[in-house]
Amino acid sequence: MATHTGIGSWWGDRSVIERRLAIGVVAVVIGNLILAAFSSWDRSALYVSFVFLVLYVPTWGQMPVRVRGIRVGRLFLPVALIVIALTYPFFWDKLFEVPIFGPFPEVGTGVYMLVFIMMAIGLNIVVGYAGLLDLGYVAFYAMGAYTVAWFASVQFAKHSLHFGAVGVGSNVPGFHVSIWLLLILAGILTAVTGVIIGLPTLRLRGDYLAIVTLGFGEILPQIARNGDNLFGSGFNLTNGPNGITPIDAPGFGSVNYLTGYNSFFTSDRLFYWTALLLVLLTAFCSWRLRDSRLGRAWIAIREDETAAAAMGVPLMRTKTWAYATGAFFGGVAGAFYASFKSATFPGDFFFNISVFILCMVILGGMGNILGVVLGASFLAYLDREGLANIGGWMNQHFGPGGSTFQIWSVPIDVPKYEFGIFGIILLVVMLFRPEGLIPSSRRAAEFHEGVHDQPLYDVTQ
Amino acid sequence: MATAARRQPITIPRQVPVLPILGLALVAALVLWLGVNLYKAPYDFLEITLIGVTVGAIYALVALGYTLVYGILELINFAHGDVFMLGAMMAATLSVNVFSLHDNEAASKWIPVVLLSLLIGMLFCGILNATVERIAYRPLRGAPRLAPLITAIGMSFILQNVGLAWKGANYVPVPNILPQGNVFNLHGANYRWNQLIVLIVTIPVLVALVYLVQETRQGKAMRATAQDSDAAAMMGINVNRTISFTFLIAGGLAGAAGLLYALYVTNVRYDQGFQLGLLAFTAAVLGGIGNLPGAVLGALCIGLIQNYNEGLNWHAPGSDWTQSIVFSILILILVFRPEGLLGERTPEGG
Repeated sequence: MATHTGIGSWWGDRSVIERRLAIGVVAVVIGNLILAAFSSWDRSALYVSFVFLVLYVPTWGQMPVRVRGIRVGRLFLPVALIVIALTYPFFWDKLFEVPIFGPFPEVGTGVYMLVFIMMAIGLNIVVGYAGLLDLGYVAFYAMGAYTVAWFASVQFAKHSLHFGAVGVGSNVPGFHVSIWLLLILAGILTAVTGVIIGLPTLRLRGDYLAIVTLGFGEILPQIARNGDNLFGSGFNLTNGPNGITPIDAPGFGSVNYLTGYNSFFTSDRLFYWTALLLVLLTAFCSWRLRDSRLGRAWIAIREDETAAAAMGVPLMRTKTWAYATGAFFGGVAGAFYASFKSATFPGDFFFNISVFILCMVILGGMGNILGVVLGASFLAYLDREGLANIGGWMNQHFGPGGSTFQIWSVPIDVPKYEFGIFGIILLVVMLFRPEGLIPSSRRAAEFHEGVHDQPLYDVTQ
Repeated sequence: MATAARRQPITIPRQVPVLPILGLALVAALVLWLGVNLYKAPYDFLEITLIGVTVGAIYALVALGYTLVYGILELINFAHGDVFMLGAMMAATLSVNVFSLHDNEAASKWIPVVLLSLLIGMLFCGILNATVERIAYRPLRGAPRLAPLITAIGMSFILQNVGLAWKGANYVPVPNILPQGNVFNLHGANYRWNQLIVLIVTIPVLVALVYLVQETRQGKAMRATAQDSDAAAMMGINVNRTISFTFLIAGGLAGAAGLLYALYVTNVRYDQGFQLGLLAFTAAVLGGIGNLPGAVLGALCIGLIQNYNEGLNWHAPGSDWTQSIVFSILILILVFRPEGLLGERTPEGG
């Protein structure tokens, strides 16, 4: 090696962490300068710079500092993320505007993002861990939402049952059970549905399984849509296309989530922190499950089903467990979201939502919880606010009478093409980075080494 | 026989064949339901059957595309339905905007236009489908099987949004270009010219496809690749070109289906391709995926079932449930008889 002088030799002597840190610091400085040039710089930019640094240096985990055998560096990223997420309701409105993307998402959008993060983590168990392509995940979401809708609304007005519901007068008809119990009930019912769907179908080949789950994902919402008069019996199960609304809000004692408690614990913040708690629980379960006996069996099946079976992994039982677990989280998320939205409509549950959640898992990185969380929050944000903001920015600059220069003369409705954009994301990620943005190293290896019996014609190309 | 009598009695634990009995019971209930309907209103039944055959013929063209591609790549081409939809939009554009046809056009005018549109539509969809393969599937040969399936879904959404950007979110109306008069009328059961024309177009296309696959060199290459692509490559077949050709043919069939759909149903919307694609895929699975005659048979079955469901009077669930019924059939077929009605095989030969 020739000896360099100046920055070259300095660079050559650094470790990976230090190099990344250096790039990160430079990027932050440049970023702040650019923001200052756009005159939207304030102290919150520093805060975001810190976040960027934390996220940018994923090699924190390799820092050799250990406490009780645990690498401190590995906790850095999750803890930072959790702290940011916990305190987000206090500073979101004080943050600067990101160029193109506009202001940061509001707390209500945060709840939406968290709900979808939870679903994505659930789907990740099925797709990322066990390698089963599920195109009907929306069915589980629907199942959870309708469970809450049945047991916490006036849908069945002939009956009256009150159990721990908050903010509902005792003379209100219908079932009114505490949302906390219903979250668990919804999870269990959905898991059972998952098992029922799974038992006959999990024997099928991967692509057949995909299409069958897609089928279930279409059938359940159709039942919801036509369920106001099931089989001409006059029995109103789902109130048809009008949906079930209002649905009780969660709460305990004098704290009602619908109205909020005081100016500190507002309705949005209560929902937000509860959703965050649920996400943390889900992520924790998912993380512990992955390293458990069951989780290792899932990964074994994903990598080579035949070999796994030969090693004594019971295929059907293991796959069914993956399905049930994934369904459980989807159901809880759906139930919580229905209660947050105080409504559930059959129109919410269509195939596109399944693909939406799948897209989150694939974009973030199949099998990696952190990746899935980031992918889900980004896409859910795009869905709620991002695309509209970006569209507004594009039209303002390049649309009719554009401030930069005019390219198109009719304003483009960007959110309308949302699913086209998600389609492009799916395509681009699968073609160029199939392991996702933040991959699990194991999954990445699978994608890059390919299957062992690589077809011959690939070579002749 | 004496030898049979001397054979040692072997005690095999007798299992009650639950699944086959359940399956037969379902089929019996279906037949009974159809029988009662036939008995109650025979001429209605006839008319609905004729409509079902017409719709089934269109489905057959789409289903063949699924089955051809599945036979050769073992890939569910989710984007196929959307290629079909773009074909239908192409047909709508050609007939309305380019040739400005109207209701009840003179035969001397619509026949050449329809033939020309058929040609352009087939070419358009064929090239589109081959392009989809080139962009989304070819780079993923040898990747895990999930990967091309996911790009197929992505491609489907992209094409859907192309349709959305092209024609907007509403139904695109197409005038009644085909003659609406009766071919015959049997006690109120009408058979219209536009129905007959669908068959008149479909049947030669199917015959041409069979000729292509069975008799030509390129067809032979397709069959060989479907059977064993490695061996085919060793025999000097250009596998990639054969696959592209298969996608071209599949797209051409979708283009023909798109034209017929636009002219027969007379409205198109950007999301119809996906829905119809799922029906057609079910048809392909019903007939036995990879099996060309099976796809046609399955498509006719699905067309009939759909129209019986939506048209019959006696205890028919109605169009609200069509999706559920078709998907239930798909699930039942995959659970009870995954090889389909005629058996699963690669395009003639496997």
